Amino acid sequence: MKISQKRIVTAYVFLAIPLVFYIVVRFYPMIYAFWLSFTNWRLISPKKDFVGFDNFVKLFKDKVFMTSLWNTIKYVTYGIPLVIVLSLFLAATLNKVRHLQWFYRLLYVMPYITPLVAVSWVWRWIYQRPPAGVLNNILMAFGLDAQPFLTSMDQSLPAIVVTTVWVNLGYCIIIYLAGLQTIPQEYLEAAKIDGATSRQSFFKITLPLLNPITVFLVVTQSITFLRIFTQVYNMTDQGSGGPLNATKPLVLFIYQKAFRSFDMGLASSATVILFMLIMGITLIQLLVLNKRVQY
Amino acid sequence: MKRALLLLLVVSVIFAGFAGAVKITYWQYYYETKVKLVDQLIEEFEKQNPGIEVEHVTFPYENFNEKVAVSVPAGVGPDVLTLFYGWIPLYVTSGYLVPLPEAEFSPEYLNSEFFPFVSKGIEFDGIPYALPTAVRSLALFWNKDLFAEAGLDPEAPPTTFAEMVEFAKKLTKYDDKGNIIQEGLTMQPSGQGHQWIREVLVRQLGGTPYSADNRTVLYSMTAPETLKVYTDLITKDKVGYPGFLNDDVTAFRSLKAAMTIDGSFRLGTFRPLENLNWGVTELPSMNGVKSNFASFWAHAITTNATGDKLDASIKFLKFITSEYAQTLWLEQVGELPANPNVAAAYYDHPEFGPFLKGLEYAHATFFVDESGQRQVLMDAVDKVWIQGMDPIKAFEEAAEEDQAIIDEFWSRVE
Amino acid sequence: MNRIDRKTSVFAYIFLTIFAIVMVFPFVWMFSSSFKTSEEVYEMSLIPDEPTIANYEYIFNYSMFPRWFLNSMIVAVVTTISVLFFDSLIGYTLAKYTFPGKNIIFILILSTLMIPTEMLVIPWYIMVRQLRWMETYWSIMFPGMISAFGVFLMKQFMSTIPDDLIDAARIDGVSEFGIFIRIVMPLVKPALATLAIFNFVGNWNAFLWPLIVAQTPKMYTLPVGVSYFSSENLTRWELIMTGAAVSTIPLIIFFIIFQKQIVKGIAMSGLKG
Repeated sequence: MKISQKRIVTAYVFLAIPLVFYIVVRFYPMIYAFWLSFTNWRLISPKKDFVGFDNFVKLFKDKVFMTSLWNTIKYVTYGIPLVIVLSLFLAATLNKVRHLQWFYRLLYVMPYITPLVAVSWVWRWIYQRPPAGVLNNILMAFGLDAQPFLTSMDQSLPAIVVTTVWVNLGYCIIIYLAGLQTIPQEYLEAAKIDGATSRQSFFKITLPLLNPITVFLVVTQSITFLRIFTQVYNMTDQGSGGPLNATKPLVLFIYQKAFRSFDMGLASSATVILFMLIMGITLIQLLVLNKRVQY
Repeated sequence: MKRALLLLLVVSVIFAGFAGAVKITYWQYYYETKVKLVDQLIEEFEKQNPGIEVEHVTFPYENFNEKVAVSVPAGVGPDVLTLFYGWIPLYVTSGYLVPLPEAEFSPEYLNSEFFPFVSKGIEFDGIPYALPTAVRSLALFWNKDLFAEAGLDPEAPPTTFAEMVEFAKKLTKYDDKGNIIQEGLTMQPSGQGHQWIREVLVRQLGGTPYSADNRTVLYSMTAPETLKVYTDLITKDKVGYPGFLNDDVTAFRSLKAAMTIDGSFRLGTFRPLENLNWGVTELPSMNGVKSNFASFWAHAITTNATGDKLDASIKFLKFITSEYAQTLWLEQVGELPANPNVAAAYYDHPEFGPFLKGLEYAHATFFVDESGQRQVLMDAVDKVWIQGMDPIKAFEEAAEEDQAIIDEFWSRVE
Repeated sequence: MNRIDRKTSVFAYIFLTIFAIVMVFPFVWMFSSSFKTSEEVYEMSLIPDEPTIANYEYIFNYSMFPRWFLNSMIVAVVTTISVLFFDSLIGYTLAKYTFPGKNIIFILILSTLMIPTEMLVIPWYIMVRQLRWMETYWSIMFPGMISAFGVFLMKQFMSTIPDDLIDAARIDGVSEFGIFIRIVMPLVKPALATLAIFNFVGNWNAFLWPLIVAQTPKMYTLPVGVSYFSSENLTRWELIMTGAAVSTIPLIIFFIIFQKQIVKGIAMSGLKG
């Protein structure tokens, strides 16, 4: 056998167990969900009739669905630039610091390791209107007007974006740090000897070498923001994604349809739409951002 | 030989004992006092019915619906289940509940042992499917200290709607920027506010919320100003707004709301608070009309229970809805009995009295999708106070959305 | 250190500290709430007027807290070990081998991230029932034994390893699996430590699936047990905050232990010789 053929066999052998696992654990439910989207199953009823594309047509005629779809896109559009740029900046700054670096890392990662439900409730309190809200108290101390935040149609979604960015910042910082610390020192030293400023070496050497990490973070954070659910559920009145659906993302729409209205067929078709949305965005990101760097 | 026969006899008796034990599962959501009481009741029931074992399983209240929903397709599930009465149409049309057998639960039995809104509320298509141990209704809570502070008699709560509004205006406090820092009356449609609008205000303004066959929404046609009456409290009288201090319960218990309309289950929340000096009274009347919203969690038998299990479940159901159980329930859990005979003894009780009196003129809405129909009214209020929509129009839109939900339900059932 | 470096350092510290305060403030407040009584928990104070440890006592004496802790520990540890091994193996294969179907397999693995857990729980539950896995640790753990996020992470890190290193080892006669274990894995220690931390955290805090699949309180994980405090009439925030605080402390410890590995990784990276 040729060497390359032998390597192919090795590759498949390495992948064998995981792939079988994946097919059973992850794909079977996916196919099941896709199939359900073409039925009218009501969850606790045994009736499961085929209804073709009826569910999909219903969805696109549903104002609430379209709002949820649009909100989901907003979440990812506002959130990703914020979280990537901030975390990169913070990680680079943190990397320069020697003493107490571990302490800062711990502080930054705290939001991420705290249960999301508790975090959501704390932020709900922070955003309260007077007299209770911390943020409003600070604003008013500076002479500014109190803001409605979560009770406003315009401010509620961005407010939740801020909370989500706050939670995920620590995760991104740690990963960027790991990436920064895997960059061979020799490259940076060589550049210094050649007379490059730290700014130049950051943009010309560090950033390109970090590209695989950046791609990872952009893709995975996008998926995370597109799947946003827990915080919206816990930061809005009765988990309704309000006010008036202003903050409702697709996953909350799906959840309500499945477990409140018991309309599993409709929930599954919304899941299919979400899947295609995430797949589309991910593929575009992978194609555009992936550049291999070798020295 | 004799010893072998004796051994055989002993063994077969033991086996007969085991073989005879019917095991049924009962699901409930977690609430400390309820769980303790049910465990106690189960012990007594098992003593009275040797050969029946009841397994008591509970889940967090938040996720109760999910747990049930996920279990059914997996073939796992209880024999007896607690569910909110508003879910009965949904569960029945999904084929999950067994009708109460007429032999044990005859119409005479139901009508004499339970309040009228109960016998109506447990029915679908004229057939009863569940039975409650306890019921709830609404009443007006007020903070006596805040009343005294505002110069009002702390022992004289309002009795009419107009009085209540007048008091509320005196009881509301603002900071120098005009933000409310103390509510006169809590305004929380997502709590009990939507029930108050639908079953109380609509009727007090001379209207009817739904048609007798539960298929047509009538509230905006028969009492179009209802929503305006509610939202004016937020936008014109400015005595409160949805979400003040997170929600109505938090506001009241933090001593930042002077009055709140809430259900009898709230008694358990307020009682242990030492710094809260509260009282409770019947809902205010309007135009001389009294009305109330009553609801309940009921126990139902699922299609899982067949044969012996069905018999055992029926016995268990009868036991936990008996007068005996209800009395214990009232004392230990603090919820109102579903049986008017048990209720009669507590009419003058300072805490239970107002709620029990309310049961006499209460209505239980027939919900086809409780969370969806609740959302309709929540949205209507939001449209008015956040988006500035005309309340008459918002109420009409709410009626349309509600009608769409109801139509969709019936089209599926037929 | 010359003057420019020192100035940068000082600015860096100031900036980092301000940000750190913003990041940590909500957590501090949550922590202080755990020492408040149920009346005080709605006050805006950072330090309780009447601090109490009653909440902690309640939680520890509460039915099965030690058991829930143990369950969470077992689930998190086992899945993390599995993920560390399998995700790295798959990531390595995808990064460093060429074979037909490579990109498709990668996309397929990624695609499993695109379905919300809420929709997966029903088929999983049916599966668990049919395969008779009820009330076992395996039923809680099986969805988490391999993580698509982890595969992606390891693939990215593995791709930064120079091919020459691997080829050199091949020439030296090291087996393919040997290359993976002895040469590649040590080089990505920072990534492994990172993966371990986040996978542990993710499994520890997982809520929906452990809730659905648990039949009795004996099999609850910590987040599931703690959610009981949010009941119909009375959401006892002081207890929820306490539960969250207690739940987070093992994670903090785990993090402190493992994050040292990230620092150690500096010495390991780079070509030697």
